[in-house]
Amino acid sequence: MPKFESNPFRPELATIQDIIQETSNILTFRVVLNDEEKMREFSFQPGQVAQLSVFGVGESTFVINSPPTRKEYLQFSVMRTGEVTQRLHQLNIGDQIGVRAPLGNGFPVDQLKAHDILFIAGGIGMAPLRTLLLYMLDNRQDYGDILVIYGARSPEDLCYTYEFDEWRSGGVRLVLTVDREFPGWKKRVGFVPTVLTEEAPSSYNCIAVTCGPPIMIKFVLIGLKRLDFEDHQIITTLEKRMKCGIGICGRCNIGTKYVCVDGPVFSYEELRQMVPEI
Amino acid sequence: MSEKIFIAQGELTAMLERLSKEMDVWVPVEMGDEKWGIRFLPYHEDTIVVLDRQSTISPKNVVFPQVETLLRFRYQKDDNDPSKQRIDLKDRQDVSSALVFGARPCDVRGFHTFDQVFLNGRYKDPYYEQRREKTLFATLLCDTKDSACFCSSVGSGPGDREGSDLWIVPVDDGYVIQALNDKGRKLIPIMGKQATTEQIEKAQRIQEQVTAKRIGEYDLTRSARDFTDRFEDMDYWRDMVSKCISCGICTFVCPTCYCFNITDESRDLEGERIRSWDSCMFYHYTLEASGHNPRPEKFERYRNRVGHKFSYFPDTYSGMISCCGCGRCIRSCPVSIDIRRVVHHLKEAVDAEV
Repeated sequence: MPKFESNPFRPELATIQDIIQETSNILTFRVVLNDEEKMREFSFQPGQVAQLSVFGVGESTFVINSPPTRKEYLQFSVMRTGEVTQRLHQLNIGDQIGVRAPLGNGFPVDQLKAHDILFIAGGIGMAPLRTLLLYMLDNRQDYGDILVIYGARSPEDLCYTYEFDEWRSGGVRLVLTVDREFPGWKKRVGFVPTVLTEEAPSSYNCIAVTCGPPIMIKFVLIGLKRLDFEDHQIITTLEKRMKCGIGICGRCNIGTKYVCVDGPVFSYEELRQMVPEI
Repeated sequence: MSEKIFIAQGELTAMLERLSKEMDVWVPVEMGDEKWGIRFLPYHEDTIVVLDRQSTISPKNVVFPQVETLLRFRYQKDDNDPSKQRIDLKDRQDVSSALVFGARPCDVRGFHTFDQVFLNGRYKDPYYEQRREKTLFATLLCDTKDSACFCSSVGSGPGDREGSDLWIVPVDDGYVIQALNDKGRKLIPIMGKQATTEQIEKAQRIQEQVTAKRIGEYDLTRSARDFTDRFEDMDYWRDMVSKCISCGICTFVCPTCYCFNITDESRDLEGERIRSWDSCMFYHYTLEASGHNPRPEKFERYRNRVGHKFSYFPDTYSGMISCCGCGRCIRSCPVSIDIRRVVHHLKEAVDAEV
């Protein structure tokens, strides 16, 4: 039988090296490609995504949330939501999965240089922003002040708590918030958009990068506009149901754009030119 | 001259027989029971070929099977560490040469859409590519239009030879067949005897007559802007699509609809990753695991289908419409939604008619 020269549908086999319990429903997987040379040569941009396979169950899309500056493993944070994530949550260290990556466009890291950066994340929306944040910490001199506003439903729903100190020591100002009062919680209380308005960061020479549930994004955009952020100063990364991940199967389109190849990262300027169907 | 042959009606079966020794020959066949209509199936000796009507389902399944294996996987014990499993993956496919005999110009035109997406995008689809390269089209000049046909409205026509390898013109008691390229030329010697000058002239006259025909009253090729202008007019879309029952037959029979799903099927320790036709008319098509759905309402899904064919596609591929005007969606729709009408009226409100 003829063999394909290249096949974008064929995943690389990979081994789960480590699993971190982030919250009650989010696990972080550290994964290494079985082919050592491919692992060594694997290159990507922060914000690019992967299709992870559990053979027999299917594929699903996740951002690579370790930065290209740290290549010992590829990291994925997975919230237990559908069939594939359910099965991923049952896997153990040493188990085999498939990885098709990198897919999509990634954050414009060069354009962001010499700017102050405002990260606004809600829940699992921190996953893609973490990639960019760590990338910036590893290239700290290229970027200005970094403010992170990160919210979750409860203190137990915050991810990456074990590395907050590392973020802070890299010069990140980290504002944490949860939706309501919790015993022992001494930080902010309130929804992310409200905290954004309270913090009122300056839009001067600043780029806002946001990811979270659609309802949060909606009000964050309103908040950013009030703070005089221009459309091109706002960047977000979208999620859609995807299958092929390579711009063919048709389901992740917003008008003429396919989130899997034209995105998932879009500026608000780009989003406003698309049909309103997000 | 020698490239034009004549086959009498009575010799057709023998010719298909000869061809089917060289390759898989797909022909339009009536499925016995009327409800299944006419579809393209591999020729075998009992096959009764139907050339006097358009097939119910386009021949897109020849190049893009309704269900196709992408990968085979098998979990095995890791010999180096018996406590672990490893996975064997296979992604090869074996594709034989094929000839689609008796498709219509609209059917063949459907593959122009496929080619843009599967071959000319940022990634090439190797499964499609392999089948596409090995498939030839012997296309029938189309002189059997019905009230749903509108190929001329989308820039084609009943005599459109583009994309075909061989061209078949029905004359009185048979067919004059002509090669349109080298791939087609190779089959000519197997097909039949040289046509007479009289037969060739007759075929030429028919070709001219049919090519001059205009099938479909509207021009739907410049609707991209009208679509975007109308996009947020919910009343328009709700009115146009209120009858839709989201059955998806329009996408199933469509020669240009290519959306697919990928799923895993497994049994014990082995299984397959398969792709199968999907439909943007289905609620689940875009439903995300979180429960969010960017196109939860049927009018939004239908709007996306119209937009894809008449606005998004031409905007992306230098003006090319991804509708071939075959009319199958109109013919098959259980509630008689007519895409011609939906697209034509984008320009102006149609309150009076609705």
